[in-house]
Amino acid sequence: MDRRVDRGDGGLTRKIRWGWIAAAAPPALFIGYFFAYPLIRILTLGLSELSIGASGLEARLLRVGWFTLWQATVSTILTFLAAAPLTWAVSSYRFPGRRLAMALATVPFVLPTVVVGTAFVALGWTESIAAILAAHVFFNVAVVVRTVSTLWSRIDPRIHEAARVLGASEWVVFRKVTLPLLRPAIAAAASIVFLFTFTSFGVVLILGGFQYATLEVEIYRQAVTLFDLPLAAALAVVQLVGVTGALYWYSRYQERTAVAWTLERGTNLKHPRGRARLAVLAATLGTLVILAVPVSVLVSRSLSGNYYQALFVDDPVVGTPISSIANSLLFAMVATVLATIIGIMAATVITGRSGQLSRWFDLTLMLPLGTSAVTIGFGFIVALDWPVDIRASIWLVPIAHALVAIPFVVRSTVPTLRSVPPETRQAAAILGASPFRVWREIDLPIVSRAALVGAAFAFVISLGEFGATSFIARPSSTTMPTMIFRLLSRPGEVSFGMAMALSVVLAVVTLGVVLAIDRARFGELGSF
Amino acid sequence: MLEVKALDVVIDAKPILENVDLQVADGEIVAVLGPSGSGKSTLLRAIAGLVEPATGEIEWDGVSIVNVPPHRRNFGLMFQGYALFPHMTVAENVGFGLKMAGNDDTTSQVEEALAAVGLQGFEPRQVDSLSGGEQQRVALARTLAPNPRLVMLDEPLGALDRNLRQQLVTDTRQLLEERDVTALVVTHDREEAVALSNRLALMRGGTIVQTGTLEHLLAEPVDEWVATFIS
Repeated sequence: MDRRVDRGDGGLTRKIRWGWIAAAAPPALFIGYFFAYPLIRILTLGLSELSIGASGLEARLLRVGWFTLWQATVSTILTFLAAAPLTWAVSSYRFPGRRLAMALATVPFVLPTVVVGTAFVALGWTESIAAILAAHVFFNVAVVVRTVSTLWSRIDPRIHEAARVLGASEWVVFRKVTLPLLRPAIAAAASIVFLFTFTSFGVVLILGGFQYATLEVEIYRQAVTLFDLPLAAALAVVQLVGVTGALYWYSRYQERTAVAWTLERGTNLKHPRGRARLAVLAATLGTLVILAVPVSVLVSRSLSGNYYQALFVDDPVVGTPISSIANSLLFAMVATVLATIIGIMAATVITGRSGQLSRWFDLTLMLPLGTSAVTIGFGFIVALDWPVDIRASIWLVPIAHALVAIPFVVRSTVPTLRSVPPETRQAAAILGASPFRVWREIDLPIVSRAALVGAAFAFVISLGEFGATSFIARPSSTTMPTMIFRLLSRPGEVSFGMAMALSVVLAVVTLGVVLAIDRARFGELGSF
Repeated sequence: MLEVKALDVVIDAKPILENVDLQVADGEIVAVLGPSGSGKSTLLRAIAGLVEPATGEIEWDGVSIVNVPPHRRNFGLMFQGYALFPHMTVAENVGFGLKMAGNDDTTSQVEEALAAVGLQGFEPRQVDSLSGGEQQRVALARTLAPNPRLVMLDEPLGALDRNLRQQLVTDTRQLLEERDVTALVVTHDREEAVALSNRLALMRGGTIVQTGTLEHLLAEPVDEWVATFIS
């Protein structure tokens, strides 16, 4: 019996615990100081403002909160409706241009929100709810298409055939078999779209005018324009409550449905025949043509004057617009490295231990995604004067970007790590690999493929990040999105033309990066 | 020599193994035979160090190994379903144990191990391109390559079809004997147990009911169940 006591904190157990702490500490410290602590400062400030209860505060919060909620809900529903035809086509059939269609439909999603906003202004759709909803659908269609079709196209076709043989019609099979099987993907896509639109900032700030404001936009206005920090903090509290609720539900749901599906390795799609060919053609072309409209209008209008040349001219107020490219690229690189390293460590911790603790860790890491960039940027200016005032540092920009990107790295790596059966790690251990070696030889190589996708996300997010940057960017650290917004805010045809031109440049740089990463990925991991 | 003494394993408050005693002498091949759910796999996992015993002792050559972590036990375990590393080639899989033992160049040893299981030239293949029988043999080669002091096989042929099994039973037995390994095989199939081992250990409900050669068990079964199960 003595031995048992001995082993309680001896040998194996202790090693694993130390490893866990070593992996958990850096992400915990980073997120603790740059996210959790500012959040607490916001909460303290916001809750005291709420308890004072200034006149009209409640009505104001309710009005903004309600608008935020319903526009997010409607945007999510509309996005699903808009994405349905293309999702169906690419999930059920193999056809020439299928991959190209998927890639093109993804273009709006990788476009920075400021570019999307500028494109809809170029369409002439300003200050209207329709413009906001349309921009949200435009931006998020790819989330639904990609998330749902990844699962849908890999459902074992024999399940479908079995149901057909048992006497179910195509429609019944879809409703009773396909749809339930797709539930995890649909829930995931819906949560992502909802969170994106609930916390939508750039699009609403540009397209909503003075009439429409989400919580995000209102926080920005109160904090930056009117400098009412307590009211901004109160708004942030309301925002947090909504987002935390949505995330908690999502996390619970994900855990419940974490089943190992019997998926086909590759896609096993048929060629469309007869009427199906026409339907596939209509679904694909129709979606792509509609998505192409805002982009082509933006590009053609940006070329309608000498706007590109004007980007190189030094301006007394905003500086040389084109120099913001260098800032953006530098910050994106730093943010990507930070987010990838911390994201992989966090994913290791989340999957290493089951149970309550890792669920909380998971949820804490997801919070930046939901609380949104605006809260992060706002938190920085509220809180980072302690222990030393670092609010003027230009490095806060990439740090904020990394915070926004970490959940994406985590989300893209956790499923891969979870899919490694415990036997794989045990086999390595029995063959002589220490816990650290197991991580290096098994987890790291497997996760690095998925992390590459996460890193790509991080880079693109950083390039287009606007919400947090708008709070913390200094004249010396102006990024492309903040420059575009400054140009948009100035009256005059030339300024708007320059905003469009810089938007096109930002879009091209972003797409170039995405394309390069995509190409590198295909070379290396064709099977993925 | 492996000695398991009065081993109890409890998982999620349920007793899985109760008072298990088992010995495997050097060079001996023992088959643990029993119906599914009788705790056979758990026994292997406990010996490998993947499951912590509640009470009891596991010794190698008279020295307790209960506190030794799995990667320092120098045992081999071939998993049911093989658990091949999906991101590595056949050669990397087979060479993994050698690499962990500190060998930088494993080429010739991997070649030898693959030749022993009849898979010459399979080195660069991806494991997901292999048939079930080929995977089984890669797993066997991976287990044997680092020359572990004890080889454990968990339902080594369980996932394969009948024809393939008969062929592989013979091959596996031959391989184990040629290398003079000490081995513990777990199976629910009587034929397989008999063909693979020198001695049987019958397991039921988390305990070992009787051990001995097939002849011994047939001649002197300890109870009705053994008599029926073995015949």
